[in-house]
Amino acid sequence: MSETIKKFLYVNRKAPYGTIYAQESLEVVLIGAAFDQDVSLAFLDDGVFQLTKGQNTKEIGLKNFSATYRALGDYEVTKLYVEKESLEERGLTLDDLQNIEYEDEDDDYAEKPSIRLVTRAEMADVMADQDVVLSF
Amino acid sequence: MKFGIVVSEGPYQHQASDSAYNFVKAALAKGHEVSRVFFYHDGVNVGTRLSIPPQDDRQIQEQWTALGKEHDLDLVICIAAAQRRGLLDENEAKRQGKDADNIAEGFRISGLGQLIEMGIQADRTITFGD
Repeated sequence: MSETIKKFLYVNRKAPYGTIYAQESLEVVLIGAAFDQDVSLAFLDDGVFQLTKGQNTKEIGLKNFSATYRALGDYEVTKLYVEKESLEERGLTLDDLQNIEYEDEDDDYAEKPSIRLVTRAEMADVMADQDVVLSF
Repeated sequence: MKFGIVVSEGPYQHQASDSAYNFVKAALAKGHEVSRVFFYHDGVNVGTRLSIPPQDDRQIQEQWTALGKEHDLDLVICIAAAQRRGLLDENEAKRQGKDADNIAEGFRISGLGQLIEMGIQADRTITFGD
């Protein structure tokens, strides 16, 4: 759709269901995927809860959209940076997060993990490396 | 420099739309270009013409409409966010079978693609939010 390729980073900072930020962030990511840009997602602060497994929204009457994160690979969204300190501060580990994979077309479609655990300092480098940062 | 602006919080509830307005005004005064202002999340509520703020308060929607007119700004309200929150233009009201529309002069409703396109085209994209 465009000849310019920019590095887009979507920063997710809020828990998935208390507010609409996470859901409307995903909507941008899915639409944005059609523009063939270099896309990354960052999860920090309460945003790390967006990726947890076993989410159940039945009792609060909201749509459980957590499966969408596992489909991101099909949209060629394959870089999900998760901040280590944010996980630790909330008593979470990588094992608490969904298994999110993508098929690497440059490597015989081998399934590879999309989640990349980074320190707070590394996350700063990831952000500094972007052209467009959209914060949710 | 060419700026793209995102407003992602509602008027009066939050300072984001005021800060964005002040920034856009200052940037234009300095000779910069603002390619688009994209209203998302509760930010879409800036674009209703039916708000009635107290007279001694700032008139946020009117300020944007006036600034938009003066500088031919592209003030875009996200359609997905707008539909959830009851912000409609005439076409959309007709299409959805609603009995009224409420979009203010100078704003237009369009898709999220406009946000991505703005990010691609602008030198800097700045989000005013929480």
